[in-house]
Amino acid sequence: MGPCAGAPVMSLLEVRNLRKNFGGLAVTDDVSLNLAKGDRVALIGPNGAGKTTFVNLVTGQLKPHAGSVHLDGEDITAASPSRRVQAGLVRSFQVTRLFSEMTPEEHVALALLQKQGRSGRVFGDYRGMPAVMAETHEILALLNLDGIAQQPANSIAYGQQRLLEIALVMALRPKVLLLDEPAAGVPGSDTMLIERALERLPGDLAVLMIDHDMDFVFRFARRVVVLAAGAIIFDGTPAEVSRDPRVREAYLGSYADDRSQA
Amino acid sequence: MQTILSIAADSLAYGMVLFVISIGLSVTMGLMKVVNLAHGAFAMIGGYVASYATQQMGLPFGIAVIAAIVCTVLVAIPLERLLYRRIYGAPELTQVLMSIGITFAIIGIANFVMGPTLKTIALPEQLQGPVDLGFRSIAAHKLFAVAVGIVVAGGLWLLVERTPFGVRLRAAVDDAAMAEALGVKTKAVYAISFALAIGLAALGGVVGAQLLPIEPYYALHYMVTFLVVVSVGGAGSIAGALAASLILGLVQTTARYLAPEYGEFFFYLAVIAIVCTFPNGLLGRSK
Amino acid sequence: MSDMPVNSVTTRSWQRTALGDFWAVAAVALVAGALFLLFPTNLALLTRIIAVMLLVLSLDLVTGFSGVATLGHATLFGAGAYAAGIFAARFGVTDPLLMLAIGAVAGALAGAVTSLVILRGHGLSQLVLSIAVVSLAHEAANKLSAWTGGSDGLSGIAPSPLFGLFRFDLFGRTAFFMAVGLLLVVFVVLRIVVRSPFGMLCRGIKQDPVRVRAMGAPVYFTLVKMYAIAGAVAGLGGALSAIATKVVGLDSLSFTTSAEALVMLVVGGTGKLFGALVGTLVFVWFEDRVSAINPFHWLTIIGVLLIGVVLFAPKGLVGAAESLWARVRGRRS
Repeated sequence: MGPCAGAPVMSLLEVRNLRKNFGGLAVTDDVSLNLAKGDRVALIGPNGAGKTTFVNLVTGQLKPHAGSVHLDGEDITAASPSRRVQAGLVRSFQVTRLFSEMTPEEHVALALLQKQGRSGRVFGDYRGMPAVMAETHEILALLNLDGIAQQPANSIAYGQQRLLEIALVMALRPKVLLLDEPAAGVPGSDTMLIERALERLPGDLAVLMIDHDMDFVFRFARRVVVLAAGAIIFDGTPAEVSRDPRVREAYLGSYADDRSQA
Repeated sequence: MQTILSIAADSLAYGMVLFVISIGLSVTMGLMKVVNLAHGAFAMIGGYVASYATQQMGLPFGIAVIAAIVCTVLVAIPLERLLYRRIYGAPELTQVLMSIGITFAIIGIANFVMGPTLKTIALPEQLQGPVDLGFRSIAAHKLFAVAVGIVVAGGLWLLVERTPFGVRLRAAVDDAAMAEALGVKTKAVYAISFALAIGLAALGGVVGAQLLPIEPYYALHYMVTFLVVVSVGGAGSIAGALAASLILGLVQTTARYLAPEYGEFFFYLAVIAIVCTFPNGLLGRSK
Repeated sequence: MSDMPVNSVTTRSWQRTALGDFWAVAAVALVAGALFLLFPTNLALLTRIIAVMLLVLSLDLVTGFSGVATLGHATLFGAGAYAAGIFAARFGVTDPLLMLAIGAVAGALAGAVTSLVILRGHGLSQLVLSIAVVSLAHEAANKLSAWTGGSDGLSGIAPSPLFGLFRFDLFGRTAFFMAVGLLLVVFVVLRIVVRSPFGMLCRGIKQDPVRVRAMGAPVYFTLVKMYAIAGAVAGLGGALSAIATKVVGLDSLSFTTSAEALVMLVVGGTGKLFGALVGTLVFVWFEDRVSAINPFHWLTIIGVLLIGVVLFAPKGLVGAAESLWARVRGRRS
């Protein structure tokens, strides 16, 4: 285990000794992690370190062989993915998963209605619900998506689709948010928009972000966790991570050299 | 005891015919991901050609079988070029509709050309009459169907497992994009497999004509049966298709002997039970 | 962001949808009226078309809006038809509105129950399960001939006058008007349902079920619910057909009827309620005309038509008309 970044006062998300094997190979090897209110944690690691597997274990897409996941003090290890989302554990996807023929307005409104437990209603149109409409457009405006609110998602630019992905998870009002490479494939100019969107996330939200873009990670995170070969090899501040020899060896390599020279 | 033996013999013959026709569908579905509901229509065309060759032209049975395979493949090639190629990788619904359309058109044309009556294929003397197996006798054409089924299964197994073409075929089934990147000409593999699949359908149509009689609505009547065999066995699996053909042949034949008044009730009950238990088929890969 | 613009957007789109509903209903009523005047001797055919329209609308809910591939949808139509017919012929429940209600309930139950089986499959296995379900129902109805009349069909259905006032006459006028009224009501209700949060959720499931789950919404249960609603609609169609024709045949519960319904939907355009109506009208009308001459010619024509629709108009006749209209408007402006 790497050095700890101080015991959190009150954990929102608590992952204890999580383990997952694929055909004898431990893809997630005894991983424990705590997230507290307001945390901004980056999860990094070389390709194949098991980052996405870890996210899938926490969100319930995969079942662990051992270990447990707790949200706000409640054991959710056996809960279904949708049950976890309802409890406030929400993820975004590395590859954009949107409803291609639906508009950004419909995406956000549907997510809001789902959070309010009204997505099963057979009657009524969200456009006739002033509160839903106001909140929808508030979120869209926050992410600069107001201008294209009425266009089908498959016709808007890729950067905007990534923003819509964030709008969608924000509408679900999460307590803990897992962002799987929110800026993946976004052209440089639009990365700024996503960064600004992430800065505006509610302050008491706990965020765990996976990303490859180190500059992005260092600007966003106040704590960095490094995963290599399925195990956590470092847990500390961004300032320390580039000086840690094991991390340097496992992953950062030339990047750390560049940084220390700069 | 006699009933059990009769059921066993008939099930085996019927199952083998199902296998010979359905294995082609299984290959195209596993390889090209095409739900081709017109597969039975190609078996029917094979049956018609053999019937015409033996009855109208007086050709021997062996020649008629070859003619049936060649003619059916010749009919299928332009269809593959013009129509099927456009629906590779399309949603299932699109494929279902296109191939139902092709089936309907073939039925209409077959009726126009051949008439609505049932067509028979003249069998050579060796295949007529019963063969005495010692403990009981069995119709020779049923034994022939079983033999053809065994030869087809063995031949396909050799082709897939022991030849360079088989290697390419398996690579393309596993991951077409990767195979392409490794230099496999997937288009050629698709074209050859499609022709092979259609040829086997035609062969099955001829060999099975005694059990599944040739008439214009053949393509519609057995469309579902062939689709069911592939789904139960798992698309792309030879052993799966063989197992599914024999199991479903057994269920259907037994039900016909013991509870004819229930029709296909038990057959479909078995289908639901198997597919619900094995959603990817008995031997299909899980996705 | 102030409240003003949002509210004005709300009112504007509200007015637009209400106006849209009005014109849609007016268009359907107008076409029905025109057909009544043009073909007064063909009311039985027109009523049958409306019954099938309800089946195809129901299929559209499941396939077009929710993305479930099924070749067994006639199960729900047949359930409604046999339930209404059996209650009328065996238990003397002859009030037409009560028969419609029975058909709707039976269809909804059949929809919910069969969906539990059909939704276990995906892609090919889903298609095969749906075919197995309708074939099983067909064989069961055949076997239970004491109740269903088997292959002779269920006869002895004698619906009493509608509202106790209008007898079901020989020309089929009462049946036709009842059918049109029923279609208009169902059409408006479904327009509301597909716009509702639940309707959006179903469209979402069609486009990406993984994302729907990641939003915390149930996929399986939502689809079962949609199946129940679709079952009620198809069951109404079945009951209507039982009332209008006074017989129920095994073909109302067959694979062929299911496949034809799918063809009608695709010809008209999936995922649009108008598509279901147009596809059914065109298909059944032509079928009636051409198959009177030669049923096999009809098969060839519908086969070629299907191939053409898949290749050249994948969004169906209504979709093709929409894009043509959009292009004309684009050129004008």
